[in-house]
Amino acid sequence: MNYPDTALVADTQLPALQVVIPLLSAPLCALARNRRAAYAITLLASWSALVIAVLLLLRVHAHGTISYALGGWAPPWGIEYRIDYLNAFVLVLLSSIGAIVAAYAPASVDSEIPRDRQPLFYCAYMLCLTGVLGIAATGDAFNVFVFLEVAALSSYILISLGKSRKALNAAYQYLVMGTIGSTFILIGIGFLYMMTGTLNMVDLAERLAPVRTTRPVLTAFAFFTVGVSIKMALFPLHLWLPNAYTRAPSVVTAFIASTGTKVAVYIMIRFIFTVYGVQFAFASTPVAAALISLSLLGIFFASTAAIFQRNVKRMLAYSSIAQIGYMVLGISFVSVNGLTGGIVHLFNHALMKGALFLAVGCVMLRMKRTKLEEFRGLGYRMPVTMFAFTIAGLSMIGVPMTVGFVSKWYLILAALEKGWWPVAALILLSSLLAVVYIWRVIEVAYFQKPPEDAPPVTEAPLSMLIPLCVLTAATIYFGIFTGATAGIAHRAAEMLMAGGVH
Amino acid sequence: MREHSIVRVVSKILLPYILLFALYVQLHGDYGPGGGFQAGVIFGAGCILYALVFGVNKARRVAPSSVVSSIMAIGLMLYAGVGVVCLFKGGNFLDYNVLRHDPHHAQELGVALIELGVGMTVAAVMFTIFMTYAERAKK
Repeated sequence: MNYPDTALVADTQLPALQVVIPLLSAPLCALARNRRAAYAITLLASWSALVIAVLLLLRVHAHGTISYALGGWAPPWGIEYRIDYLNAFVLVLLSSIGAIVAAYAPASVDSEIPRDRQPLFYCAYMLCLTGVLGIAATGDAFNVFVFLEVAALSSYILISLGKSRKALNAAYQYLVMGTIGSTFILIGIGFLYMMTGTLNMVDLAERLAPVRTTRPVLTAFAFFTVGVSIKMALFPLHLWLPNAYTRAPSVVTAFIASTGTKVAVYIMIRFIFTVYGVQFAFASTPVAAALISLSLLGIFFASTAAIFQRNVKRMLAYSSIAQIGYMVLGISFVSVNGLTGGIVHLFNHALMKGALFLAVGCVMLRMKRTKLEEFRGLGYRMPVTMFAFTIAGLSMIGVPMTVGFVSKWYLILAALEKGWWPVAALILLSSLLAVVYIWRVIEVAYFQKPPEDAPPVTEAPLSMLIPLCVLTAATIYFGIFTGATAGIAHRAAEMLMAGGVH
Repeated sequence: MREHSIVRVVSKILLPYILLFALYVQLHGDYGPGGGFQAGVIFGAGCILYALVFGVNKARRVAPSSVVSSIMAIGLMLYAGVGVVCLFKGGNFLDYNVLRHDPHHAQELGVALIELGVGMTVAAVMFTIFMTYAERAKK
């Protein structure tokens, strides 16, 4: 038996390794029974996933789409992992959030999760990362559902690990809604399979052409759209999200807020543009109009709701619902600029919301609560944390030189291109709402004195501050140098608008 | 259950056969209906029967929670591990053909191993779900 060169194996097997390394690390964490060992495994696996994702993106850039036949079964019979610009970009995003949050985790996890449960926490964390990476990597419709369940089940566990008993309630609420969502997606995939006899996305796209107008295909599209809207918490199907984000441990909130809903947006883009085809999805059904109105309504409703929250974590959760609106709005413009805006906002929002939730995690570590009162005077007592919060908050508003501006720029460009002045005006107006809710925190942190009897508070440990600062710096870096993010998003959008198959 | 001697005796007689049947379903899965999931459920059901009749404490002495959770993890590792071995032998992930010289033998070996992994994990999970509720009720 002659063994092939290891470097060659690693190179051709990247798409499988992307998912398999986090998958294998999960049972290792559970077997470790020691929180430090489990943490070391998590850190190693999540950073190698990031390296693999970057290598994949470079390969796609150099050689075009990668197709990988799982088990050696050629597509469309076997499961195909298909990496193009869009999912290579999403994989880099998901794995970098996974790696940064893993680096941030230990101090925060120590203070919020009992020691004997920590190995299991890391196990569930790696399973959740496996799930989201799998969704992004696969080119098989049923495989998407399987990984969707892997990610969802592990995120229910992660949320239920929250400190208060209300976390269980929130996790249960999410479980019910999430299960309905994934069942709807499964029904949609089932109908498609019934009509075409295939599950491979590229093959599905070809075989759907002659049966596009039949009722089962339309029904499948309806089920799929509603299911995925629940998963991404599109208004008015967002009710599970505020509780889940508020009650989950800080680390989990940061991770799920930057990956869970983003990957649902990815699924929506993938199915609409690659599987159904933009002609069918938007020209022959009124879905675009429905999505535009729901996302605009969602932006205004959720931003307004965010203004009235007393808990900063819950406020940011409502803000997440609003931001999902921007992404869906970008998709439903059905233009290259709109789609670029949607995809780039998917990336940008993950950066800034990740940074905001990490900052709130630092506050949680020191103050034990995240009510607005706790932030009084924190600007001087936890200067680095609050500075990072401010920068990420400015990005949330969409101030120039931050990533938030780049996304909104493309969205407004797309709206103007279509001559939809009111939509462009509404996008600008909604930024003002973001100003209000971010300003409330900044005002309390910098312009209010802490109460006289407040216990002394020190800055969060460096192990948490460094990942926080890295994410915050990224929101500035990608706001100034947009070549990497907007450039790739633009290429992905062009590919998707041209039919989505490459 | 001390007073129900019929239940105790019958379960004692049946238990080995239930476990044996689980192994049959596991190993015969290549040729007939069956496979890792079904075998795991049957094996798990056998263990649950033991816990029901002879008590949760006694069942815990036979299968401590650390052992059961290790089996859960090892089953998954076995599945993914077979895939990784395929990678190192030059095939794609889970491409069993490279495991042996003859692809037929290789496919058979590969499927048997991953089904064993599935069986272990499923049996351990079934038992754990039951014990989680049973031990909660005891408290």
